[in-house]
Amino acid sequence: MARIDVNHVRHSYLPNPRTDADFALREVHHIFEDGGAYALLGPSGCGKTTLLNIISGLLHPSHGQLLFNGKDVTTLSTQERNIAQVFQFPVIYDTMTVYDNLAFPLRNRGVPEPDVDRKVRETLDMIDLASWAKKKARGLTADQKQKISLGRGLVRSDVNAILFDEPLTVIDPHMKWVLRSQLKQLHRRFGYTMVYVTHDQTEALTFADQVVVMYDGGIVQIGTPAELFERPRHTFVGYFIGSPGMNVVPVAIEGRTATLGSERIELPGVPKAGSGAVELGIRPEYVRLGRDGMAVSITKVEDVGRHKVVRAKLEGRDIAAVIGEDETVPAEPKVRFDPAGINIYADSWRVEMGA
Amino acid sequence: MEKTWNNKAWFLVLPVLVLVAFTAVIPLMTVVNYSVQDTFGNNVFTWAGTEWFEDLLSSSRFWEAMVRNLIFSFIILAIEVPLGIFIALNMPKKGWGVPVCLVLMSLPLLIPWNVVGTIWQVFGRSDIGLMGYYLNAIGIDYNYVQDPFDAWVTIIIMDVWHWTSLVVLLCYAGLVSIPDAFYQAAKIDGASRWAVFRYIQLPKMQRVLLIAVLLRFMDSFMIYTEPFVVTGGGPGNSTTFLSIDLVKTALGQFDLGPAAAMSLVYFLIILLLSWVFYTVMTNYDAER
Repeated sequence: MARIDVNHVRHSYLPNPRTDADFALREVHHIFEDGGAYALLGPSGCGKTTLLNIISGLLHPSHGQLLFNGKDVTTLSTQERNIAQVFQFPVIYDTMTVYDNLAFPLRNRGVPEPDVDRKVRETLDMIDLASWAKKKARGLTADQKQKISLGRGLVRSDVNAILFDEPLTVIDPHMKWVLRSQLKQLHRRFGYTMVYVTHDQTEALTFADQVVVMYDGGIVQIGTPAELFERPRHTFVGYFIGSPGMNVVPVAIEGRTATLGSERIELPGVPKAGSGAVELGIRPEYVRLGRDGMAVSITKVEDVGRHKVVRAKLEGRDIAAVIGEDETVPAEPKVRFDPAGINIYADSWRVEMGA
Repeated sequence: MEKTWNNKAWFLVLPVLVLVAFTAVIPLMTVVNYSVQDTFGNNVFTWAGTEWFEDLLSSSRFWEAMVRNLIFSFIILAIEVPLGIFIALNMPKKGWGVPVCLVLMSLPLLIPWNVVGTIWQVFGRSDIGLMGYYLNAIGIDYNYVQDPFDAWVTIIIMDVWHWTSLVVLLCYAGLVSIPDAFYQAAKIDGASRWAVFRYIQLPKMQRVLLIAVLLRFMDSFMIYTEPFVVTGGGPGNSTTFLSIDLVKTALGQFDLGPAAAMSLVYFLIILLLSWVFYTVMTNYDAER
């Protein structure tokens, strides 16, 4: 297990990067604490896999430094770093049995055979493939193959960290739940440092203690699932996390009041000055639909099962509100913004509010 | 839905059947016909029964040619397959080197067989040939016209030069189809270079290797043009392979009956050996 320091790491796939746009990873400076469960969350192409491969040593960063427990490992190879990584698509050794597949990483490192046997059997039970141990790996389904890939990641107990690169993409939804909770259990039992890359927010929020949201080659926010939900630091985090995403509308601020067209909205505090376009962000969960407040026209009501999503226009802006499954939309609908859920953004970044 | 039962579909495959009949079945039957008859001038044929087959199978000349042929095929497979794999493994996977290597590899395959023979025939000559002359100049007694061993070496090197590329290209095709994730996973698992070859690259190349071995075996077992041009089957009979023997019988002596019998036996041997190769390799595949 190790604490991983990522020191001002930048990476470009081009030989001579000049501008920021040439960098797949613009700059990441972060500490992954020993024994933490982290999720790297972001859209495709945001640099999350690049960061993961830099940690595992499959890529060497163009700039910056990487420390494991304070020791510089920037120039070390993947083998020397002693890292486990599970990839998006199953990688299995076709010609070996399931058992030998799992034993492979251990045997390569010269682990004595009795220990190999014990570890492999434990792992087989964990991924529920014990009855397949003697079978050739090539005949398995995609699900089972990916379980073997996972198993190979988990079979070594002395690794510095276990990295997952969207490992459950090919697994069917039910199995996803099972495997994810098993990973979670493992984490609690053995305290591995785990980094889990995904573009699925549910996966990130259920797996991790700390979610690292990445956007356009950089980290935009690191926080607990609750923090990301309540106080998105950047409007991107607001859009990306939550379903539907945060409502963001342009406003003018004067003291404790925000003006949206002809409507005036009371703020919970006075926003500290920020530069650039000012916007107000509020999650649909904090938009109250009722008989008083600002007049809206409803465009659509989506019943998603546990609750309803109301799409409406407020001063010409699209906003969404979440209401209970049994609530009904009033004849002359109006909305209020719950002050607890209001965030103010200047140039897309959140500004603090004073008393 | 009600199924319609009639024989109309035969009309659709008829053109192919006719074509195959004219190109394969009828010529083959002609050979079968010749093989059981004796021929004289003026198209006079007399029934000979199995006489030619009996003669052939008891002729030491035939068996010697056969053994020579098997040894030859075995040697060139033993050289070309490992060498081809080795070259394919070391070819660049991306960048400007890829087209350069592919073109270089394809060149020998593009040269007509008799030209390949002529090239090596001249190349190996001890009076004017680049290789022959300099080998002798540095004190190696090399003369493929008189020394059977030198003749064999020349023909084997020629075949390796001509055909290793085919194995290389097939293996290369197998190698580039391996996703990067496999190599990355192998690094994570701490696999050695040998383990990567043994457990990732070789299994992925297995199918194309099967094709390569079959093609090279059949081709080398039927080899005719190149050794004929270089050595003409000599010195003595030392490089007389089955096909050269066959042509000598059929065209040199115009013994159509024995030549036809020999063709059929030859055909059956290749069919049998190819079947054995194929079965062994696919069974091995299924077993795993």
